[in-house]
Amino acid sequence: MKIFWTLLRRELSAFFLSITGYVIIAAVTLLVGLSFVVLIAGLGNDPFTAQVTEMFYGTFYFWLILLLVTPVITMRLFALEKASGTFETLMTTPVSDIQAVAAKFAAAIIFYMVTWLPMLACLFIVRHFTNQPGALDAGTVGGMYLGIFLTGCLFLSLGCFASAISQSQMAAAMISFVLGVSLFSLGFLAKSIPVTAQWQTQALSYFSLFDQMGDFARGVVDTRTVIFYAGATFFFLFLTLRVVESRRWK
Amino acid sequence: MIEVSNLTKRYAGRTAVSDISFAVARGEIVGLLGPNGAGKSTTMRILSCFMPATSGTARVAGFDVFHQSVEVRRRIGYMPENNPLYPEMRVREYLKFRARLKGLGWRRSRERVTTVMEQFGLSDVGRRIIGQLSKGYRQRVGLADALVHEPELIILDEPTIGLDPHQIRTVRQLIKSLAGKHTVLISTHILPEAEMMCSRMLIMFGGKIVAADTPDNLQRLMAGGSQIIAEIAVPAEALRAAFESLAEVEQFDVSPCDGEFFRCALTPRDGLDLRPVIFALARDRGWVVRELTRSRHSLEDIYVQITQPDEEENE
Repeated sequence: MKIFWTLLRRELSAFFLSITGYVIIAAVTLLVGLSFVVLIAGLGNDPFTAQVTEMFYGTFYFWLILLLVTPVITMRLFALEKASGTFETLMTTPVSDIQAVAAKFAAAIIFYMVTWLPMLACLFIVRHFTNQPGALDAGTVGGMYLGIFLTGCLFLSLGCFASAISQSQMAAAMISFVLGVSLFSLGFLAKSIPVTAQWQTQALSYFSLFDQMGDFARGVVDTRTVIFYAGATFFFLFLTLRVVESRRWK
Repeated sequence: MIEVSNLTKRYAGRTAVSDISFAVARGEIVGLLGPNGAGKSTTMRILSCFMPATSGTARVAGFDVFHQSVEVRRRIGYMPENNPLYPEMRVREYLKFRARLKGLGWRRSRERVTTVMEQFGLSDVGRRIIGQLSKGYRQRVGLADALVHEPELIILDEPTIGLDPHQIRTVRQLIKSLAGKHTVLISTHILPEAEMMCSRMLIMFGGKIVAADTPDNLQRLMAGGSQIIAEIAVPAEALRAAFESLAEVEQFDVSPCDGEFFRCALTPRDGLDLRPVIFALARDRGWVVRELTRSRHSLEDIYVQITQPDEEENE
């Protein structure tokens, strides 16, 4: 456990000691700000019934952030260490493979959540100026952040896997981007399948990240969805672990 | 400290290390020598538990490198080729991170980091960013890292590569100072380096250990057939006639030198020392001799001889 914390600290500091970390934070803040502008414009027009948080995710900026930023966060994790050779110095210390994977993933998810913090400020601004505390209660914001966290876990675990299988950061980013987009598009497939095809629709709807995020943003937490995200995350982390271990049986 | 038996490592379609066996005793400094691609790095990677062997066993301090890998890793300090470091970290921060990773406690790691930084002359650059350090300093950071947890065995893969002569000297001295306290396995393809630092050398070539002995013994091994060089001011024909009549001389070669001197290279029969024989001859005949030496085969010759790639075979 001590080793895990040491590794986690180093991984986190790597995000904040490099310019990439700040570029990512700046990019996310910019995109969140843009979606905030869209939101304000929307509020100024017609009365609406949806939650403010729901409108946030409804702008395509949210998915842009998710699909573009997660590969950039995770690409460094294994690929850079392998390219520079530090992977060798790391794995010849008494660090277990599982500790290395867990620490890297934990650092990525913490950094990812930090990049989402500016959004909280936007929500507070809305609350302050509309003077309606009910428009923004703890439940919906909590649900929204839980949704952000879970989708983030899924996409970051994909990214970890991509980084573990590639030798260069660029390749890692591209692989995780392609995997992420594919996963994201699966949900839309459900809509294009005729309703008569019952089980296909049912199966694909589990992959409908878009609809699931909509639920979270309304403050609706569906256990099945949570289990789906957690399971998929563990699946990809398990694959990552196997890839890291593979040097022992290759 | 290290026991390797019948170790083989095959990559897809290529055998990097083929059936090697050797042992290293506690406190020894052993050099692993060989040209590039001889299997030195692969052997070290197996010993440091980074990758497993295809077959055979390796034990470090009595622990198997595959089955008891954590125990082994606790006991070794490994510096890979090219000394990879995290360029964005500061020297002290990096060493502390490494010490913690290697299982040292908070206070102990602080003490040890201070000690190794003093030992390797890093005290002044503790707050500098590693990426901005000169190569010599970075090398020292790598060495300090290998030593920070006081490992029983230190494995250094080409520790002096890419350094300038002054830095090389410093690094060699640092390594030499480890003798006795730690067991050290160094790989290099520079022979004088191994000659200077190591108490024993293992010469690898094509994935096999082709020679293993102390530097002195290796030299003696070759000295048996060593030539005598004599420069004598006597006409060539007279020299040739004289040498032919000597039973001790197996082969000779007379070539003109400056002035009236001739340079004679004589190969003895049965590894004899020819010098007294030549002296007696010169005294009897009243020759003027200005040089009489035994050409010592340097380790370099031995090295080149046993690690000569067979060009035709490779092409």
